[in-house]
Amino acid sequence: MSGFLGFSPARFGAMVSKEFTQMRRDRVTFAMMVGIPLLQLILFGFAINSDPKQLPTAILDNDRSVFSRDMAAAMKNSDYFKFTKEISTEAEADELLRLGRIQFVLTIPQNFGRDLVRGVRPVALLEADATDPAATSNAVAAIRQAATDAFNRDLTGPLLPLRAKDGPVDLRLHARYNPEAVTQYNIVPGLMGVVLTMTLVIITSLAITRERERGTMENLLITPVRPTEVLLGKILPYIVVGYIQMGLIVVAARLLFAVPFVGSLPLLFLVSFPFIAANLGVGITFSTIAQNQLQAVQMSFFFFLPSILLSGFMFPFQGMPQWAQWLGSALPLTHYLRVVRGIVLKGNTFVDIVPHMWPIGLFLLVSVGVGIKRYRQTLD
Amino acid sequence: MNADGGHAVIDVTGLTKIFGRKTVVDHIDMRVNRGEIYGFLGPNGSGKTTFIRMLCGLLRPDDGHGTCLGFDVREQAELIKPHVGYMSQKFSLYEDMTVRENLDFIARMYAVADRAAGVARSIERMNLGRFRDQLAGTLSGGWKQRLALAACMIHQPSLLLLDEPTAGVDPMARRDFWDEVHKLAGEGITALISTHYMDEAERCHRLAYIAYGHLLATGTVGEIVSQEGLCTYEISGPDLYGFIDKLRGLPGVEQVVAFGVTLHVSGRDGDALAASLAPYGAAPLTLRRIPSNLEEVFISLMRKAVS
Ligand SMILES: Nc1ncnc2c1ncn2[C@@H]1O[C@H](COP(=O)(O)OP(=O)(O)O)[C@@H](O)[C@H]1O
Ligand SMILES: [Mg+2]
Repeated sequence: MSGFLGFSPARFGAMVSKEFTQMRRDRVTFAMMVGIPLLQLILFGFAINSDPKQLPTAILDNDRSVFSRDMAAAMKNSDYFKFTKEISTEAEADELLRLGRIQFVLTIPQNFGRDLVRGVRPVALLEADATDPAATSNAVAAIRQAATDAFNRDLTGPLLPLRAKDGPVDLRLHARYNPEAVTQYNIVPGLMGVVLTMTLVIITSLAITRERERGTMENLLITPVRPTEVLLGKILPYIVVGYIQMGLIVVAARLLFAVPFVGSLPLLFLVSFPFIAANLGVGITFSTIAQNQLQAVQMSFFFFLPSILLSGFMFPFQGMPQWAQWLGSALPLTHYLRVVRGIVLKGNTFVDIVPHMWPIGLFLLVSVGVGIKRYRQTLD
Repeated sequence: MNADGGHAVIDVTGLTKIFGRKTVVDHIDMRVNRGEIYGFLGPNGSGKTTFIRMLCGLLRPDDGHGTCLGFDVREQAELIKPHVGYMSQKFSLYEDMTVRENLDFIARMYAVADRAAGVARSIERMNLGRFRDQLAGTLSGGWKQRLALAACMIHQPSLLLLDEPTAGVDPMARRDFWDEVHKLAGEGITALISTHYMDEAERCHRLAYIAYGHLLATGTVGEIVSQEGLCTYEISGPDLYGFIDKLRGLPGVEQVVAFGVTLHVSGRDGDALAASLAPYGAAPLTLRRIPSNLEEVFISLMRKAVS
């Protein structure tokens, strides 16, 4: 006599309105649900806005000409680079980068000055440890300007024609350790998924556990209410909460961080539905397993940590080892991040994101299904 | 069979519940007829709550079978629930919702027709009017009890399962409550009520007494008292307290209880008891045989169960 048979919209409605009433009374939790997204956004926002300067840089100068010294001086003047080391071999450069002692290595080839004067556009190589792209992106932007300015000062009189349109030097950038080259805009849309995962799983994991702990489960179970009515009735109000959180993040992303929205906002809200519901399903499942509220919170963190670490939010997904990618692929956040970034940053359409939608849908079915299966209609 | 079909509203045999390795309810039979007020007594931890929970589908019996309101207690819990008004021992309504919100929620769960009127009626009947918009968690014990009672009757159930409904309630409110229960019984509603109060036990049509999971006695108050065959004497006079320890050691004496300025001495072996007490009939003391009361009978039953 359980399952979807005999589902009563009236009882479901009663559950929903009861949950809203209790939510309204629990001001602290409600404030947390609104506050956490803003807090996270602002905290991460600082990281994004940070504009680190004086980054340790090594120079491998194979030319030792006026021009190579000018190049180094211009970089130094830009304030982003600090030459901490003069090195003489490439092996040494690799070693320093690998150990994280320096952020950049500038390699100036032999005959750099001679080629420059001849107008051959010599190649200068800047290798960057881009593990933390936020730390290097501004510096990289600065170096091009610095190089151009420096040589424009030198290239006067007869050398004037060498001020080529694309600069006198062919500056090549080699980002090491971060093939995906995450940009700052990656973070804010990603944060949407992270915030939803964190708050919604915790909140719903407490939903049934709290009823058990307070003893109200006894009174709920004695009524004719069905498991699906209880579980869906507890999920629905938090879907609304999830959308409020999303709205907040979208507004903040625009106003605080000027994140460009290339794609369709309504599409984003629409496809977020299964993701929000999937997280609630996870929470509900936890709340049917946990013995008390502390356990429920612990389980939520157990789910949250891999989500944040293996989804491609913290570390570029492609840069992770294979086993981590497998684990990551099992988490809804991984797919949702691709959806959000796809829509917000690349203007993806529905067809583009379908490949990421079905894993989320599958996860939703499994999590809600396990929740319903685990839900006990007795106090045993 | 429907909710009111048959004569027996509760008819179960061998109901058993085992928690871990402990048999908490051990093969208990019970039959309660329509319109009957059935008292359920026994010391704490004897399995009353567990038994009641099995009747209404809150717990699955590990053994035994039977019907409640004509429906199978194992298989048809979903059909039993809509007709049962269950009041749990511990307050289990939502403390962060108001009196009215709680009642409204329960009424919606049971699809009560004309809900607003139903809620208003039950608020009125339980005198909860002035607490209507107060959070349930802020009510005092007695008023919480009334709210719980209002909630379990809002859908006009045909069977009430009340687990210590008057614990911590003042005498006046208890009287009101029992008057209400008798009125409902007159309308054909059946009630199974667990209690520790002897005066309440005496207001029941029939009783069951359980201890440590075993059913020790059933019947009317008179039947239970006479089945046990307990003799009781009352001793009155000055300085009785000095006798208590002495009396306890005498043959045939099983219980000695101080009752105000008298002592009640009971035992199942009437002859031995009479012989032992004979010296206590001399002045300034007086000795007379009185009918045993329910409490003495229950204590006697419980001692027997322990040994
Ligand atoms: N869920 C449970 N798990 C384990 N033991 C339980 C559980 N519920 C009750 N008990 C035990 O069962 C016994 C009977 O409890 P209960 O039915 O509440 O007795 P009563 O209502 O007569 O006081 C007690 O010893 C209690 O500790
Ligand atoms: Mg009890």
